[in-house]
Parts: sequence; structure tokens; C-alpha cells
Amino acid sequence: MGISVTNISKSYKNAKALQDISFEVKPNELFGIIGPDGAGKTTLFRILTTLLFPDQGTATVAGFDVVKDYKKIRNSVGYMPGKFSLYHDLTVEENLNFFATIFGTTIEENYNLIKDIYIQIEPFKDRRAGKLSGGMKQKLALSCALIHKPKVLFLDEPTTGVDPVSRKEFWEMLKRLQQKGITILVSTPYMDEAALCDRVALIQDGKILQIDTPEAIVKHYPTSLYNVRSTNMYQLITSLKTYEHHHSVYPFGEFVHYTDTRSDFNPEDLKVYLESKTLSDIQIERTEATIEDSFMELST
Amino acid sequence: MSHDEVIKVEGLTKMFGDFAAVNAISFEVKKGEIFGFLGANGAGKTTAMKMLIGISHPSSGRATVAGFDVYTQAEDIKKNIGYMSQKFALYDDLTVKENINFFGGIYGLTRKRIKEKSEALIQELGLENVANQLVGALPLGWKQKLSFSVSLFHDPKIVFLDEPTGGVDPITRRQFWEMIYKAAHQGTTIFVTTHYMDEAEYCDRVSIMVNGKIEALDTPKKLKEQFQAESMNDVFLKLARG
Repeated sequence: MGISVTNISKSYKNAKALQDISFEVKPNELFGIIGPDGAGKTTLFRILTTLLFPDQGTATVAGFDVVKDYKKIRNSVGYMPGKFSLYHDLTVEENLNFFATIFGTTIEENYNLIKDIYIQIEPFKDRRAGKLSGGMKQKLALSCALIHKPKVLFLDEPTTGVDPVSRKEFWEMLKRLQQKGITILVSTPYMDEAALCDRVALIQDGKILQIDTPEAIVKHYPTSLYNVRSTNMYQLITSLKTYEHHHSVYPFGEFVHYTDTRSDFNPEDLKVYLESKTLSDIQIERTEATIEDSFMELST
Repeated sequence: MSHDEVIKVEGLTKMFGDFAAVNAISFEVKKGEIFGFLGANGAGKTTAMKMLIGISHPSSGRATVAGFDVYTQAEDIKKNIGYMSQKFALYDDLTVKENINFFGGIYGLTRKRIKEKSEALIQELGLENVANQLVGALPLGWKQKLSFSVSLFHDPKIVFLDEPTGGVDPITRRQFWEMIYKAAHQGTTIFVTTHYMDEAEYCDRVSIMVNGKIEALDTPKKLKEQFQAESMNDVFLKLARG
């Protein structure tokens, strides 16, 4: 009862939003679609939630075909779009009641599923949804997407623009939902969130770059990666970029992540070069790749 | 790098009724510094920033930006700063050139100066082929880089960046930061908010706001020592979770 996507393509006029996308999400898996704005994430979600026809290819969700069985899919999935899409002029409770009624159920019947989340906004149940803070809107939207006990939950960029604390709490909620047997497809532009998924698809410009567990993706990073540090960041970056043997140079927190084109690269050579550029306090050491390193390597 | 302070804030407060959205914050930012202004959603960052850019009147406290007083010289502040946010950047239905001309004009540059600078800018960003295309048709990353350049167009002393890199792909995000480093290197002060904690590490100093107050302010290195944290993400989680 997962998701199966086979050779899906979708274009808008000349823009190819999705190009020959295929992947499987196993039942009860927490699967991440990781990519920047414009990668095609929302188009993919809209096709899988039966709001948009693909130009080519087929897909099933919870065993149902996205075109032929669209009504059955709508009853068995929950969808939280990236843009807040509840009724601003209904209260928190009215919104939840509305969605429960539409799906032929009641708040009481599935309260157990949303309790963890809803309890945090219940003190504001008489407030209009439009007057809630960002974090509270997000919790209400998730409650509404869950109230009919869906088999599959679609979350399109639930954490975009959300601060690290709220993001962490949101992912903890997702883990608890997964333990209740729900299959979750979640998209995010934050690469660090990939590590919280069982498996991820890295996506850019409508194409999947790689599908695997987050651990396997970083393990397959093709070359040796180095942390380079010096006192002057700007000068360090420009010097590394003019080094004739550089392969990639990306600022990464307090370091620059550097890869070299040579297989027998000796960090001492680089150090000598950087010193000749009047940089001081130079440190060069091996480091492990992150999902973001892998993404950048795959997308160039 | 000289050490004159281009932003000075003392006890700055903004009340909405009984609620102190910004509660007596104090800090200084030096010329050419990259200053990270962090905080959870709702901590008061945007309200504080609005006071500093001269579009919101403080309830109490003092602040000068680029040497001008936020109470009495808001118009001078606006002329001497650049501003960019993800929400408001450029006009989608104007072309690249039209946007540059428009903002150049707003900031009072002469036609001649706008023409010279706009050609240099288009060349530097490699936008020659799309200079007459609508900005709405450009990829997000290009838009953000152009938007940043436009915010620097009138050579402001300080540029305020409100979550400039949200949703941008990781490579463009880094190109964007290289542009920030370059501007800072040339003496422009950068005041930036972000939800990417790795970007907090790129800043010279970082302040973290919690419930309207600045609860921490130091270099990323010292903050990590102070909170015995591995990364700025950990610092943020420790502070903002209380």
C-alpha cells in the first residue's frame, strides 16, 4: 500500500517540470523528495494526489491508479500542500470538523491519531485559522490532513521557512505518525532533513539524481572530501577557485569543502599554495560527505 | 577594516499593546561585518529589522543606522541601506534591465550612472542573454543573485538581507554567499537573517533572539564553546528550546 511511480513526465508549455520520473515507496516508509524550488516537487505531489494529469507514465497510490481510481485515492490519502490551504475565516475547530465531515467521519472517531498534534492548538480552537501563527497553522493543516485516517500522507514542503526548533518538532511528529502505520511522502528543500527519512530521492530540474538511503548516498560520494579552514574566508574561497587542480570549492559552515582532480592529491601541496597566497592558520583535513555534498556533486 | 560602528542599538523596544515584540535589545555592528540575526519564528526578528530600516517607529530605546537616527532620520537611513528579502525582491513583470533602471532611479542615481553600472552588473552576473526577458521567467537562484546585486546598486553602507536564500538550490546558495563575502570584503556591512544554521557559521558574529530579547551574541566559534555545542544548529536548539 505504498506508492509506485513509473516513467512520469509533465510539461507546462516549454518547461519540463518532470522528466521520466520513476520510484517506489514501500508501505509504511518515510520517503523524502529532496530538492530546491523549481525541481518539480509540487508537480509530482499534485499528480500523485490526483489534482493534475501526467503527460506520460503511470502511478499508483495505495494500490490505486492516479487517473482511473482517482476517487478512491482521494479517500485514502491526506495531502498538506506547501501553501496554507485551509479556510481562513473558519475557526480551528470548524476547519477540522469540516474536513472530518467531508470524509464521512468525525473528530472523535480518529482523535487518537491527531491527539499529539491537535492538543497543542486546542487552546485556540475558537480562533480563526487566518489569525494563527505559522507554526500553529502548520499543526492545524496536518491535523486536517490526518482526520480521515489516511493510508498515505503527502506533505509538500511542510518545513519551508520554519525555524530549526519547529522543524525538529515537526519531524518528531512525522516519526510518530509513521509508527502508527502511515506511509509518508515528504518534500523539502533542506538537505539536512534527508537524514531523517528512510530513503530519499534527490531531485533537480525535473529529474531524479539518485534514490537511496541517506547513509548509502553519502557513502557513495565519489571522491575524497577535505575541510579547509583559514582566517580569511573570502580570500580562501577565491584562492581555492584559482588553484589549477581544484574540482569543487564550496563554503560549508566554518570550513570550505574542497575536492581535488588528482587521485594522488597531497594536502601539503595545497597548503603550500595557500600560504603563497598569504593565507594563514591553514588547516586541511579529511571529512565525510553530507547529503548536500552529494547533491551538489550529482547536479553539476 | 576600520572599526566604526555602522549600527548602534541600545534598549530598542517595540510594544504592540502589552506585548513586547522587541524587548530592550542592544548591540553594535561594525563596518564590513557580516552580522547574523537569528531567532525562532515569532521571536521578533522582523519587527526589530523594520525599526532598523526606518519603516517602523520604536516604542522606546535608541538606534542609529549608518549614522542616522531611526526616530528622526528614517528617510536618510533608507537612502543609505540596501534591502532584500525572499518575499519582496524584484518585479516579475519587468525585464532584468527595467528592474535595474527602476531601482537605480528609486535610489536617485543619474541615468548615465545607471547605464554604466547596469551594463557592468549584467555582465558580472552573466545575464547578457536574458537582459530583456521578464524577471518572472528566470530561475529562482538567478533572481536572488540579481536581487542582491540590485540591493547593492547604490553602494549602500549596509545591506539588510531577510532570509535571502530560502528554497534556493545548494550550489546557488553558496554562490550567493560568495557574493556576500565579496561585498563585505569591499566594506559593505551585511545584516542577515536565515533559517539555515550552516549559514550562521558564515557570519562574523551572530545574535540569537528568543521572545523579543537577544539571548546570545558572539562569534559562531565562541557561541559553540559557550553552549558546548558541536554546531550552530545545536546552539540554536539549546537556546530557543530553553
